[in-house]
Amino acid sequence: MSDDLQALIDSLPDLGGAVLVTLQMTLGGAVLAMLVALVLGFGSRTRSLWVRGPSRVVIEFFRGTSLVVQIFWLFYVLPVFGFKMEALAVAIVALGLNYGAYAAEVVRGSVESVPTGQWEAATALNLGPFHKIRRVIFPQAWALMIPQLANLLIQLLKGSALAFYITLHDLYWWIDELQRDTRDTFFSYGCGLVLYFVIAYVLTWGMNWLEERAKRRLGRGTRPRLRDVFGLKPGVPTEVVRVKGGVA
Amino acid sequence: MTNTSNGTPAIEFRDVVKRFGDNVVLDKLNFSVAQGDRVTLIGPSGSGKTTILRLLMTLEEANGGLILIDGDPYTHEYKGDKWVEIPEKRRRVVRNRVGMVFQQFNLFPNMTVLENIIEAPVHVLGLSKKDATDRAEQLLEQVGMPDKRDARCTQLSGGQQQRVAIARALAMDPEILLLDEVTSALDPEIVADVLGVLRDIARTTDITMLLVTHEMQFAREVSNRVLMFDHGQIVEEADPETMFTNPKHERTQEFLKAVLGG
Ligand SMILES: Nc1ncnc2c1ncn2[C@@H]1O[C@H](COP(=O)(O)OP(=O)(O)OP(=O)(O)O)[C@@H](O)[C@H]1O
Ligand SMILES: [Mg+2]
Repeated sequence: MSDDLQALIDSLPDLGGAVLVTLQMTLGGAVLAMLVALVLGFGSRTRSLWVRGPSRVVIEFFRGTSLVVQIFWLFYVLPVFGFKMEALAVAIVALGLNYGAYAAEVVRGSVESVPTGQWEAATALNLGPFHKIRRVIFPQAWALMIPQLANLLIQLLKGSALAFYITLHDLYWWIDELQRDTRDTFFSYGCGLVLYFVIAYVLTWGMNWLEERAKRRLGRGTRPRLRDVFGLKPGVPTEVVRVKGGVA
Repeated sequence: MTNTSNGTPAIEFRDVVKRFGDNVVLDKLNFSVAQGDRVTLIGPSGSGKTTILRLLMTLEEANGGLILIDGDPYTHEYKGDKWVEIPEKRRRVVRNRVGMVFQQFNLFPNMTVLENIIEAPVHVLGLSKKDATDRAEQLLEQVGMPDKRDARCTQLSGGQQQRVAIARALAMDPEILLLDEVTSALDPEIVADVLGVLRDIARTTDITMLLVTHEMQFAREVSNRVLMFDHGQIVEEADPETMFTNPKHERTQEFLKAVLGG
C-alpha cells in the first residue's frame, strides 16, 4: 500500500496535464457537438428536402457507427488521403461529430415540444425565420434540452477515454501508467473512478446551474435552491415541472 | 363605421381553395372586405372561419385562388396562367400590414411584457428602442395595464395576457387586425374587460377588423357587417342588426337560435 502511495505521489506531477487534456477534449468536443447539433437538429426539421435529407443521413451515420471506429478512422485512415490532424484535434472532432449527432435529436425533440402557437405568434409579428428561432423558439427549447444534454456531456467525458488509443496523454493514460507502476489494478482503477467522478460532478453542477438559469428566464423560476444546483441527479425535465407549476 | 375606402378592398379572396387532405374546407370562396370595415364571421364549428383568418396570416397555405391585400397579391399570383407561390421576401412586405390576436394569447414566455411588445417593432419595422418603448407604454395604457411593463407574462392572468397580446399586435400598426375567438379561453368575468379594450380600439382607430366571436352582443356593437358561413361558403351576409334580428336563411336562423339559446 505504501508503494502504491509512493507511485501515486510520483505520478502526481503528470496528473494536471492529463486532466487538462481530458478537459480539453470534453469541452472542445462539447462545443463542437453543440454546433453540430444545432445545424443538424434544425436542419432535420426544415421543409426543404435538400436540407432535411442530408441532415438525417449524417445524424444516422454518426449515431450508427462506433466512436472507436470513428476515432481510428480519423487518426489512421484519413492521413492516407493526405489529411492529417493532431491527435487532440482528432479526438475533439470525433467526439463532436458523434455526440453532436445524438444531441441533434435532443435539439430537434425540444424544438418540437415548443408549442406551435409560439411559431405562429412569431409569424404574425412578421419576424424573420432566423430571428424567430434565435429570439423566440431556441430560448424556450434550451430550457427543455439541458437535462438531456447534461447526460450526453457526461457520456462524452467518459467517451474521451478512448483517446488514449491514439497516443493522447489524457486522464485514462495517467491511470494506465499508475497501474503499470503499481501493478495494483484495484488501487489504480479506484483512483480512476474517483477522478472521473469528480470531473463528472463538476460538469453536472455547471449544467444544473445553466438549467436553473434558463428556467428562471422563462419565468418558471423556482429560485435556485442549492440542492438543485449541487444535486447529482440530472434535473427533472422542465416539462414536468411546468405541469406541476401550473397547478400550484 | 363607414366605408373609407378608395375603392380597393383591404382584403379580397378570389376563388380561394383550401383542403386538408380530402377535406375540402374552402371551395372557391369569394369575398372582400373594404378598408376600415369591421366584419364578424359567424357559423357552426368547422365551417372554416379560423381557416380564413389563418390563410390571411399565412399560417396555412391555400391550394388555389388568390388572396389580395390592398390589391396586392399576398401568397400566390398568376404568371400567365400559371398559379405560383410568392417568395417569402415579398410576402413579408404585405404581411406587415396584417396582425393577429390568438385565442391562446401566445405571448413569448422568455420575454417580459415590454419585450414582447417591442420585439417586432424594433427588429421588423426598424424603430429605435426608445420610440418602440414609448409607443408600447402608450399601448399598455390603452389596454389598461400601465404598471405591468416589466412583468413576466407567466405572472399575468389570462385576461391580462390577452390585453398584452392585443397591445403587441397593435404595436406593429397593422392595417388589418384578425381576432379569432380572443375571449374564448378567458374566465367569464374578465371577458368584458377584454371586449371593452377591443371596443375602444374599434372606436378610436380605422383598422380593418376581421373577427370570429361567439359574443353576439359584442359583434353587434363593433361590426358593420356579419358573414354567416357554412361549409366554407357564405350563406348570408347582412349588417348586424338585420342578421341578428331578422335572418333570412334557414341555416342562419338555426345557428343563431342555437348560439343565442333562444
Ligand atoms: N390543421 C388541420 N388539419 C386538418 N384539418 C383541419 C386543420 N385545421 C382545420 N381543419 C379542418 O378544417 C375545417 C374547418 O376548420 P376551422 O377551424 O376553420 O373551423 P371553424 O369555423 O373555425 O370552427 P370553430 O368554430 O370550431 O372554431 C374543419 O373540418 C377542420 O376539421
Ligand atoms: Mg375556429
